[in-house]
Parts: sequence; C-alpha cells; structure tokens
Amino acid sequence: MLIRYLEKLGRYVINGLELFGAVMLLVGQTIYQLRHRPRLKHVFVQMSHLGVDTLPIVALTMLFTGMVITLQTAHEFIRFGAQSTIGGVVAIAVSRELAPVLTGVVAAGRVGAAITAEISTMKVTEQIDALKVMATNPVAYLVVPRLIACMIMLPLLVVFGDVIGTFGGWIVSTYYAGISSFTFIQSIDAFTVAHDVNGGLIKSVFFGAVIAIIGCYQGLNAPEGAEGVGKATTRSVVGSIIVIFIANCFMSLILYR
Amino acid sequence: MIKLIEVSKEFKGRQVLQHINLAVHKGETLVIIGGSGSGKSTLLRMMIGLIPPSSGEIWIKDAEISHMPERKLDEIRLSMGMVFQYSALFDSMTIGDNVAFGLRQHKKLPEAQIREIVAEKLRLVDLDGYENSMPSELSGGMKKRVSLARAIAFEPEIVLYDEPSSGLDPIMAAKIDDLILHTQRMLNVTSVVVTHDMNSAFYIADRIAMIYEGELIALGTAEDIRNSTDPRVREFVLGQSRQKGEMSR
Repeated sequence: MLIRYLEKLGRYVINGLELFGAVMLLVGQTIYQLRHRPRLKHVFVQMSHLGVDTLPIVALTMLFTGMVITLQTAHEFIRFGAQSTIGGVVAIAVSRELAPVLTGVVAAGRVGAAITAEISTMKVTEQIDALKVMATNPVAYLVVPRLIACMIMLPLLVVFGDVIGTFGGWIVSTYYAGISSFTFIQSIDAFTVAHDVNGGLIKSVFFGAVIAIIGCYQGLNAPEGAEGVGKATTRSVVGSIIVIFIANCFMSLILYR
Repeated sequence: MIKLIEVSKEFKGRQVLQHINLAVHKGETLVIIGGSGSGKSTLLRMMIGLIPPSSGEIWIKDAEISHMPERKLDEIRLSMGMVFQYSALFDSMTIGDNVAFGLRQHKKLPEAQIREIVAEKLRLVDLDGYENSMPSELSGGMKKRVSLARAIAFEPEIVLYDEPSSGLDPIMAAKIDDLILHTQRMLNVTSVVVTHDMNSAFYIADRIAMIYEGELIALGTAEDIRNSTDPRVREFVLGQSRQKGEMSR
C-alpha cells in the first residue's frame, strides 16, 4: 500500500519535473530567438489582441474588487476611528496585490486561453508544420511576439487596474461610508509610496511572461484533435493561475520585505 | 536529388518504416503509394525534416539532414516546398498573404514585386483575383491549389505532395493532377507525391514506389507496377481486396 503510494507520488514528481524542464527549454529557445529583432507589426498585433481587448474585463473586475474591499472594511475602520486610513489601505491592497494578481488571473483566462487555443489549432491543422517547411521557426514567429506583447501589456493593464480599483474604493467610501473625498485622497497620499505600485508592476511583467510561455507551450504540445485543443486550453489556464498564485507569494516576500 | 539509405522509423515501440532505400532523381515525379497507415506520409515528412528517422540517412542534394540542427535544415528547406493533405493554410491570413508568406519571411523584395509574384502563382493555379479572400471562403479543391501556389512561390527545386487529391471530387482531383504535371514541366522541379489514388499515380508518375506495412515492396515505372506479379501490389493496384470483400458479402 505504502509502496504504491510512494510510486504514485514519485510518478507525479517525475512528471512535474519533466513538464518544468520542457517549459524551461521553451524559455531557453525563446530567449535564443530574441537575438533576431522581432517583427514589430506582429508584436503590435498581439499587443492589441492580447492587451487592449482585455482592458474592459480587467476594468470591470478591478472596479468591483475595489468597491467590495472598501465595503467590507470601511465600517470597521470607522468603528475604530481610522477612517483617515481607508484610502491608503485600499490603494496599497490594490496596487501591491489585488491588481497584479487579479489582472494576471483574468489575463490567464482570456489571453492564455486564446494563445493556447490559437496555437493548438494551428498545430492540429498542420499550420505549425507549414511554418517549419517554409523555414520559419515557430518559436520565433509565434512565441516571441506573444511573450513581448504580454510582458508589455500586463503592466499597462495593471496601471489601469490600480486606478480603477482605487476609484471603486473611492465610490464606496464616499457614497456609502460617508467619508469625504479629501480624507480618502489625503490618506492615499500619506500611506502610499511609489514602491507599492512599482512592486505590482514588476510582478505583472513576470505574470505576463508566465501566461505567454505556458499558453504557447500548451499550444505547441497540444494532443491531437479537437479534444486536444480543449485539454491544452484548460491546462494552460489552470497552470498559469497556479504559477501566478505561487509566484505572487514569493515575489511579495522579496519585494515588500 | 533525394536519397534514403536504410531509413527506419519507430513510434512508441511500433515499427512504422523498415530499412527503406530509395533515390529520387532530379526532375522526376516519384509517386509513393500504399494503404492507410502504411507509413507513406511519415516517409514524406522525414524527407523535409519534420520527423527524424530512428535510424538511417536522408540526403537532400548533398546534405545529410536526419541529424541536422534546425537552423541548417531551414537552409535546405528554402529549396523545398510542401503541399499538405489538409492544405495547412494560415487561417488568420488572406490567400495573398499565405502565398507571399515565404517571400516576406526570407526575401527582401519590394512589396510590389511580392504582389506580382503572388498574382502570377495564383494565376498558375487558376485562382487569379483571390488575393484578398480568406481560406475559410474557399472550397477544399481551391485550398489545395492555394497550398500548391504557396509551395511554388519560392521557386523550389523539390515539391512534396501529401495526398493532394484526397477528399476531392474526380474532376477537381484531375485538375490537381494536371497542376502537378504542369508545375513539374514549367519549373522542372523534382516531385514526390504520396497518394492512394491509383488513377492519379499512373497519370502523373515517372516512377512509383509502393510501401506495404512499412516496407518498400515495389519500385518501378507505372508499367512495371501495373504488370507486377507481387500479389500485394496487384491487390492494391486492382483494388482486389474490395472486390473480394464485396463477393464474400
């Protein structure tokens, strides 16, 4: 019984390490391909597709997250006479954690899934082979522009997320908790420093890379057939979200010690 | 032009191809025939380096490609083109962009010249004026022709065709056969065609090779194959397995 359990555990560990190794190989190949200047047109197309089109859902998520966090905390703060700190607390929570992580999760669901679905469909319809036959490296052509686009666009989305999330907090604190705009803004000014925002942006650059690399890896290694596209897409989203949560914990430890 | 020496391929413990020795001469059209799952498409894919052989050597012109790094392989691939079984057109691009893809990637030509080449290749496959259409707007036969136009846009020395007439009606299949012959004569390319359509094979082939359960069992002119006494070849050529099946019903 114990042996079987250990065997199973061992198999999980080996599979996990194999997957990690394969993803790292793709990272290596992508870095190697970065020596050629990528076509800017491809990068801009991806930036528009992966970044701009994701803004509405990020805005919606962050608006209501900012609102609900204020809703949950405002009365407690007022009870303890700390209403003058609400703006700062909301801004710090949003910029350090909520905006980077939630934008990462939303982007993993929308952008990561789109990347995997597109590339895996290309794989099952032999389009990746067609690229190779025409002497075009699929990593240079497909992965590099997506990686650059995600690493640029995710921080930009997080900046919007920071502003919109804090705005959501302001709406609730002003119109629901009765705190004046002046107190809210003064509190942000007093408690928030540039590092709070910068740390969130650094995280989001990494999350962008995670989403692009995992999305592309799952797409390029999708099992055959329509079912394979579905499986690869699910793995991409789940994998990206797991890595984002784990990486966020360690990055917060390092960035905000 | 293409030479395979003792090429074998194994997939997950299953022997797909065994000890294939085959040479394709410059300017000829070699047709590889065989039943479904016989390994003929695998053989074609190995010729362009999409799949490495488990053992043996594959020579394209003067280079052995079976263990060549991808970067060097790309240089060889620039002199080759391939028409895929399901066309493999880039569905996010227009027909014009599909045909121009290789030119834009590898040749620094002015856009006007690229457009000229695209129009010429599309004219060659009877699809002039379709530059701005999307692949989803085209029929299967038209897609195959675009795939051929894309394969020859770079003026390759070798063109590989994977089941070019499968899934097409007889008229369209005959049209594709004519295009293969026309391309071969016009550009003097070396062609390797994988098919299980015997009418097509006899029509376009200079020589025919037959793969049976991963082995090369026959190689010769269309006449040689037609007159072969090997029962496995005769069965395939005459479609006797089907006739037998029908009789026993």
